[in-house]
Amino acid sequence: MHMKQRLRRTMMFIPGNNPGMMRDAHIYGSDSLMFDLEDSVSMPEKDAARMLVYNALKTIDYGTTEIVVRINPLDTPYGKADIEAMVCAGAHVLRMPKTETAQDVRDCEAYIAEMEKKHGIPVGTTLMMAAIEGALGVINAYDIATASDRLIGIALGAEDFCANMKCQRTTTGAELQLARQTLVLAARAAGIDALDTVYSDVNNEEQLVYEATLVRDLGFDGKSVINPRQIGPVHKVFAPAAKDIEKARRIVAALKEAEARGSGVISLNGKMIDKPVVIRAQRVLELARVSGIISEED
Amino acid sequence: MELLKTGAAGTMESGDIYVEVDKGAGGVEIELQSTVASLYGRRIKEVISEVLKEQGVSSARITANDKGALDCTIRARVATALLRASEQGDSGWWKK
Amino acid sequence: MKNNIGHEIDQKLLDRMNFGLYGRDKDPRTAEKGKVHDSKMVASIEEAIKRSGLRDGMTISFHHHFRDGDQVLNQVMEVIAKLGIKNLKLAPSSLTAVHAPLVEHIKNGVVTSIESSGCRGTLADEISHGLMDTPVVFRSHGGRASAIADGRLHIDVAFLGATVSDEYGNASGTCLDESVENAAECGSLGYAKVDAQYADKVVIITNNIVAYPNAAGGIPGNQVDYVVKVDSIGDPAKISAGATRFTKNPRDLMIAEKAAQVIINSGYFKDGMSLQTGTGGASLAVTRFLTDAMLEQGVKARFALGGITGQMVKLHEMGLIDTLLDVQDFDVEAASSLRRNPNHHEIDGNTYASPFDRTAAINQLDVVILSALEIDTSFNVNVLVGSDGIIRGAIGGHPDTAAGAALTVIVSPLIRGRIPCVVDKVSTLCTDGALCDVLVTDAGVAVNPRRPEVAEALTKAGIRVTPIEQLKADAEAVVGKPDDLPFGEKVVALVTAPDGTVIDVVREICDND
Repeated sequence: MHMKQRLRRTMMFIPGNNPGMMRDAHIYGSDSLMFDLEDSVSMPEKDAARMLVYNALKTIDYGTTEIVVRINPLDTPYGKADIEAMVCAGAHVLRMPKTETAQDVRDCEAYIAEMEKKHGIPVGTTLMMAAIEGALGVINAYDIATASDRLIGIALGAEDFCANMKCQRTTTGAELQLARQTLVLAARAAGIDALDTVYSDVNNEEQLVYEATLVRDLGFDGKSVINPRQIGPVHKVFAPAAKDIEKARRIVAALKEAEARGSGVISLNGKMIDKPVVIRAQRVLELARVSGIISEED
Repeated sequence: MELLKTGAAGTMESGDIYVEVDKGAGGVEIELQSTVASLYGRRIKEVISEVLKEQGVSSARITANDKGALDCTIRARVATALLRASEQGDSGWWKK
Repeated sequence: MKNNIGHEIDQKLLDRMNFGLYGRDKDPRTAEKGKVHDSKMVASIEEAIKRSGLRDGMTISFHHHFRDGDQVLNQVMEVIAKLGIKNLKLAPSSLTAVHAPLVEHIKNGVVTSIESSGCRGTLADEISHGLMDTPVVFRSHGGRASAIADGRLHIDVAFLGATVSDEYGNASGTCLDESVENAAECGSLGYAKVDAQYADKVVIITNNIVAYPNAAGGIPGNQVDYVVKVDSIGDPAKISAGATRFTKNPRDLMIAEKAAQVIINSGYFKDGMSLQTGTGGASLAVTRFLTDAMLEQGVKARFALGGITGQMVKLHEMGLIDTLLDVQDFDVEAASSLRRNPNHHEIDGNTYASPFDRTAAINQLDVVILSALEIDTSFNVNVLVGSDGIIRGAIGGHPDTAAGAALTVIVSPLIRGRIPCVVDKVSTLCTDGALCDVLVTDAGVAVNPRRPEVAEALTKAGIRVTPIEQLKADAEAVVGKPDDLPFGEKVVALVTAPDGTVIDVVREICDND
């Protein structure tokens, strides 16, 4: 079964009706790939995209990359067919667009469970994530984040959010500040991931890095990307600094020492270390490993 | 599966295949243009025939313009063209 | 015996020393003092052809420094055809897609054989379908230059386009005269310099006559017989086309970044190194990814060689490459650098890559990065024939530099469209796999088993090395196993190694049903 907890620094969008991009989208090293059946697919092509992504997921070996599919909302004529097809295709995570309430999540989960039963797939196999793209969704963020055990995270969709808020995207991100903080707070309270929105000017690396740094500092786990060229810069932002790695190493070493002593009390330089500090240190080392800063043996 | 009208799917983009199907005049007739004809022309026709066979289509005329699509794309485009030609929904298509 | 000015000189002495007497044995030219103003200018291409003595059965040459923008070859061939001259051997340094009109000249018997580095477009397609009775001979740049020098390829008349020339035939690919508008600058005339040196007759074709002296380098007037001014010699916009612009393609960028990592950790990345990059987006982009490491590690290159790019010029101007040795320029920035930067030098094809001169520049090369259409599990490379069996490339300097460089890095995507690039056996062999050391693809890095020390260095640096057979299997897993190409029996081209021996043949391609 797919891991609920994993690294999600980057999730790369792949338009669902574009076979040219599907063949080897995983080689660029994004942590997750998100095949889109929703906004990037015109209504007359919804059936074709669904069929294409279904066949791609059945055939192409994407290695260890997490496979996410953005489905159409359940209240459209496409949502249910998307769910059945993608549950069968073995998508790891279904991403619900425009999530407004906890009930949206529960409705979607119920239909996923029904399809898993229908096709003899263990109930609970398919995970979910919820994209929050409007004011109501932000207000309900914690309820949404805790509405299903299948949820791996919540994500912000900025374009729809700004349209809904009657505001514009700005370079400072002031318009998203509260939404971002609310989302990350809800995600942390629910124990799931918080994922940031896309930055769509692929030629402006400076602003991409600015946004990635901003959301990293807020506590987000990662950022959605729309082009392979955005992956490297975002991963670099999320890679831990040398002094943090060093500190994390010492903490994890202290943990191992405590375990060897059979003691529950971890201490470093005479100070007691709390469990959250240990967890954070382990996460820093994992990030450092996948960023290629330290080797696998570390 | 019964083909009621002409069904088409796919695009002329690189990595895709544009497929048109109609009932034809008995038997399966495949007209293929491909940028990789000499290397994969035989395989592409094989894949198209496989999908027709799986759907129990014994009479069809297929016109395909391939731009280097992988087998899974060819399958998907032929399937979509067939579903559109038969005016059948895709429920019942999905398998674990 | 007195000379005409009255100084005594003994005739016996002149006889013994085999000298003539001033004023008696030669015209002292006093009568025409200050009045000689000869010119090599002729009125038209037609007149130049007639005066050159070109006749049936001879060999003519051109250069490809204007690449897809070239207008010289087609103009000259049209006049030659009109004059009714037949049965020529055409031996340009290379041919591009703009040379499609040659198909008619071949059908009409004007041209009956071709020697070139490469061929593209309609002409290549026709040749692959058996247009010519005599197989085309493909030579590498170094192979061609040496064949011209030692007479295996004798050129009767060379028609050489130049950005500017003076009336004495001092001709160049750069223009120092700022008053010249719309100069079609191509930079180095490295390949053409060999033709000028060895051809029996040399005709310079230019659209700009500048006042003597044109001291921009290129071809010296004393190798030139005639100069023709025409309206246009090349389309400047297309001279630097051919996709040498800096790529934004994420796949090429990823390959380039990996290739840079390979070079940095190969053991050859050190102060005083030398390097060359071939054509193709990934190959050209490697330079950019080397820059940071050069700055961080204090590594400067002694020289960069071969086809020079704007990226190379940038590194040169940053002080990261001391000297540019330039046989051709891939873009406008490089072409203009040649006239701007004193340590940017124009070199000819033999100085660059003669296979018989063990002091040719390639032998000083540490690292070369080269592209491939196909590479097989023995690291043999095809750069000439496309996946459809049709000629669509050029040997260029591929085998020359692969042989000379201490480390030869081949860059290629694993798959193009549905076409696997790593295969069991290349359809056409251009460069011996024994000369190719590392393959960098978007799906992994493979090292030639002949170079275990390189594999070890990369592995130690944390770069995963994959057996090339595995890469081939990975490609096939995605695209499926292709059928064999429908080649016929007729040989349409010989592929020669730099030393002039035949390394492979290209056969006629048959159309599918």
